Amino acid sequence: MSSDSVTIGADASPSPLLTLAGKPVAFVRSKFWLFVRITIFYAGLLALWQLLYNMEIWSPYLFPSPREVWDELWQYYENGLLQDSIRETMRRMFIGYTIAFVAGTLIGIACGAMRWVDETLGSLVLGLQSLPSIAWIPLAILWYGLGDQAIIFVVFMGSVCAIAISARDGVRNIPPLQQRAARVFGASGWQTIRYVTFPGMLPSMAQGMKLGWSFSWRSLMAGELIVGGTIGVGGLLQTGRDLNKMELVIATMLVIVAIGLIVDRLFFGPMESWVRHRWGLSQT
Amino acid sequence: MQLLAGRKTRTEHPEFEGRGAALQGPLLSLRNVSRRFVTSRHNTTALDDVSLDINAGEFVCVVGPSGCGKSTLLNLVAGLDRPTAGEMLFDGRPLKGAAADRVVVFQEAALYPWLNVRANVEFGLKMKHVSGSKRRELVDQYLELVNLSGFQKAFVHELSGGMKQRVQLARALAVEPRMLLMDEPFAALDAQTRDVLQAELQEIWQRTGSTILFITHNVREAALLGDRVIVMTPSPGRFKSEIPVPLKRPRDPDTHAVVDFAAEIRTQLQHDEYPVRAKDSGYVI
Repeated sequence: MSSDSVTIGADASPSPLLTLAGKPVAFVRSKFWLFVRITIFYAGLLALWQLLYNMEIWSPYLFPSPREVWDELWQYYENGLLQDSIRETMRRMFIGYTIAFVAGTLIGIACGAMRWVDETLGSLVLGLQSLPSIAWIPLAILWYGLGDQAIIFVVFMGSVCAIAISARDGVRNIPPLQQRAARVFGASGWQTIRYVTFPGMLPSMAQGMKLGWSFSWRSLMAGELIVGGTIGVGGLLQTGRDLNKMELVIATMLVIVAIGLIVDRLFFGPMESWVRHRWGLSQT
Repeated sequence: MQLLAGRKTRTEHPEFEGRGAALQGPLLSLRNVSRRFVTSRHNTTALDDVSLDINAGEFVCVVGPSGCGKSTLLNLVAGLDRPTAGEMLFDGRPLKGAAADRVVVFQEAALYPWLNVRANVEFGLKMKHVSGSKRRELVDQYLELVNLSGFQKAFVHELSGGMKQRVQLARALAVEPRMLLMDEPFAALDAQTRDVLQAELQEIWQRTGSTILFITHNVREAALLGDRVIVMTPSPGRFKSEIPVPLKRPRDPDTHAVVDFAAEIRTQLQHDEYPVRAKDSGYVI
């Protein structure tokens, strides 16, 4: 109050929890209050869920309580099936995504560097990008049977196009001046690729890798559901349906969301922002 | 022919013998070089029958309005482009392709944003497969020469425009080229920074004995830096005249000598741009 006597209007207000004249007060924008708001929202959602359960609009086997879902999740954790499923799912994801990363990067660089490759293979990649990867499942089953390989194939098809397109754009967007500078210093073709093309395409690649991951993750769930097998997170979902266990179905869905969020927020998100910062592309 | 005659008088001065002085003839020699760009719509003659000799240790400035072929000339000498006619000799041998003995300092920062200052300066040495310890030594030496020793770890996006150009200069000098090609390196800088960098470049040139081909559209800059100034005219790009700059070094951009000399160069340029008006009006600089 006494420290700054010239404050007028909204800034002079002593109630920090409110927004005034549409402008949020600094207090509301802080990390702590963000956390509080999010917590209140989800606690409210949970309470609503419990309330609907208590009202018994739907039969309990179709609409379990939060508590039942939690217990189911805990049981699968205790008997180890949850961990095995996650491990199996992540293994498929890792193999499919790694192959897609290598193949997509190579295809993208070829498209970015050579016009005729872009006009031929590049157009095919762009076309296939519009095909939802779940549409590959019948083909994958016929080729590889109901097994691991079919699922990995679908994961691969889910991300290879996105990664290839971003790699191509990354190569295309390298300023010509940077390549000319390399030529001026007598860089060989391979040196230019290694010291200019690879690092120069990274910001675009980081975006494509993130996008490819989320496509692959969706394909993987679809693949596991349809191709079947009891191991794997998608398999767990299918088991829940087969056993008519809504608790397990919802618990597994929550696990899928959690894994997706964790990988995105803890790996791809920081990677992308690090690259953008280091390459001087971020505004702040 | 006029240009060649001018060269002979300059080779008599021993103070122009710098790095690479062992050879007999000029370091760079262009004979009747032309560069035409042919497209489906129209043909452009960017350079028309141009001849030029540059001796080791010389500082040659090329001035002219935009589109007069200055940059085409620099690209040809850098080996980034080939002439459609004529002969180019470097060190007595036919000039073929880009190599680290002729290095360009570009107008815009052609630095690599993912590398810090040190790694940027190291870039050319890495391309030449210079050993790690030798690289460290050279990078230290040239960063100090351009007054950037304290910014080794800084990233390109953290630097000001002037600092970026110093990094480019250090990167170019580090490979110890026979000839430095500068493509309007200070054109995008503010006036004060430009003054500082021009003074530093003069000093660096005197200390290292480099041979420099300097492209600019700023006549004052040409008068300040060059041993000779070549004035170009556009469409087709030709050498109009060559003016030796007899002023003593180090030169100060604000002295009458430099300002008057800049006026003389500008006269040469204005004759071409406004041929009618130039005849019946005095020049205002």
